[in-house]
Amino acid sequence: MKKAFTRPKSLRDVETHYCPGCGHGVAQRLVCEVIDQLGIRGKTIAVCPVGCAVVAYDYWNFDCCEAAHGRALAVATGIKRVQPDKFVFTYQGDGDLAAIGTAETVHTANRGENLSTVFINNAIYGMTGGQMAPTTLLNQKTATTPLGRDAQREGYPLKVCELLSRLPGVAFLERVALDSAGGIIKAKRAIHQAFVNQLEKKGFSLVEILSPCPVCWGKSALQAQQWLKEEMVKTFPLGRYK
Amino acid sequence: MNKKMLMTGNEAIGEAAVQAGCDFYAGYPITPQNELTAYLAKRMPEEKRVFVQAESELAAINMVMGAAACGRRAMTTSSSPGISLKQEGISYLAGARLPCLIVNIMRGGPGLGNIAPAQSDYFQATKGGGHGDYHCLVLAPGSVQEAYHLVFLGFDLADQYRTPTILLGDGMLGQMMEPLIVCSSPACRPGREFVVRRKRLPTKPWALNGCQGRGPRVVKSFFMQNELLEGHNKILQKNYAQIKNKEQRCEQLYLEDSSIVLVAYGSMARIAKAATAALRKKKIKAGLLRPISLWPFPAGAFEQLLKKKKKLRFLVLEMSCGQMVEDVRLAVNGRAAVDFYGRSGGGIPTEEEILKKILHRG
Repeated sequence: MKKAFTRPKSLRDVETHYCPGCGHGVAQRLVCEVIDQLGIRGKTIAVCPVGCAVVAYDYWNFDCCEAAHGRALAVATGIKRVQPDKFVFTYQGDGDLAAIGTAETVHTANRGENLSTVFINNAIYGMTGGQMAPTTLLNQKTATTPLGRDAQREGYPLKVCELLSRLPGVAFLERVALDSAGGIIKAKRAIHQAFVNQLEKKGFSLVEILSPCPVCWGKSALQAQQWLKEEMVKTFPLGRYK
Repeated sequence: MNKKMLMTGNEAIGEAAVQAGCDFYAGYPITPQNELTAYLAKRMPEEKRVFVQAESELAAINMVMGAAACGRRAMTTSSSPGISLKQEGISYLAGARLPCLIVNIMRGGPGLGNIAPAQSDYFQATKGGGHGDYHCLVLAPGSVQEAYHLVFLGFDLADQYRTPTILLGDGMLGQMMEPLIVCSSPACRPGREFVVRRKRLPTKPWALNGCQGRGPRVVKSFFMQNELLEGHNKILQKNYAQIKNKEQRCEQLYLEDSSIVLVAYGSMARIAKAATAALRKKKIKAGLLRPISLWPFPAGAFEQLLKKKKKLRFLVLEMSCGQMVEDVRLAVNGRAAVDFYGRSGGGIPTEEEILKKILHRG
């Protein structure tokens, strides 16, 4: 009998540390499925961030490099420039990519580095216990915005796809959401496109994945998915930005 | 085949890096080392190597981390304020045991300070600089020619011990022009010593180049469990002990019969050398001990001196308010008088000032 569903070869058979209902496990599996499909596991080098996905290298079955908080795209630039024939991607959260690493994100994109980035936007700092992220929604309560994010005080949620869409070095930008089975399929398609672009030397590609963080949002897994679908997408409209 | 050229220290370091097989350079403009970045912007592409002008010093050192993680020879250069920004990355490089060369052409500090030559980053370079229990190997050239040679040595030692290595020069060394003998064939770069050492360098079985035909590799400095991190730190400390044991370097001048020993490194040592000669003319038995490796500090040379001679006096000279003098005092450990004379902020102790300091004390 044909086996219809298996663990991707790029994903190790280990337990992850992610919380119940977290989107990281799904997103990382999608990355692995795409790498398997493209047959590029043997030439892949991933750059793991600081944040919840810090130990992604324990789950991924290919070469990985650590990076300091916010510096993943600088490390990836170094890797790709000396080995342009390898497939290099970063996997980064919102704090990493859009707060402490904003300069690296904008300038790597602007240089048009031939890299792919998987950007997990869950509107909160998960690893450190639920503080405000650059992408936290207005009025969203976090450990550091106990009364809710106030635009006058904390500014507005940072829209990465919209921001990068004006840069000529960027080849591909799409925002997707892990809010349903359909959303997950679309996310995989976007990751596939971002990865293929690099293989075809098209320049910088980024997929922004809206992803649930039930524990830090103070919601059940189901409520979190609902909130993602109904609230988060209002601030972060889905679709292709470039 | 050797060629004699007139070059600035900055350019000589750049040329040496190219010849030493530097595959990747990332830097950000800062005075007084801009000629180095500009030199490599021209030379690296000529040799089909990578040159990147980064958006910041943070990005530059992390780009170096990426290239180093692939097993390539990588370098970044900057000056004091820029090196402060690189400290986070240097800590990660040390933690992940990645070799690379970091050049600091020091200027006056603290803060924005000024762009005049200084030696006030000694503490930062030799004591770790970033967070965590680590050291970088630190080499301090005293001339343009030596800067050229130490780039080769720096890359080799970095590879041999899997550690970031710092070349610590100052604005004077970076900016001044001197005759430089450039070796055009690999066999003479710089001398046979290089060839022999090169052959003994370890391979890089940790380098990231895709897991085709082998198991995946991870380059990291993160060890969540306490005992794992402690074990990792013990490995680092063992490596540092070996470096301390084997890589102390210094120049010694007239030390056989000296009763007063001047201690100075880099550009400062050139003036100290002239002062030593002037003192000898006055029949004062002065000598010079010039550390070339600042970490490991050449404490062994002090030990030998103190064993041979009971009555000694040291005068430490620095273009700083007194940093290396602490290591001299640790090496001497109360067995002899250790005096200090230094100037900072672009002030440079002159030969006359040094003589006055010694003759006045008598």
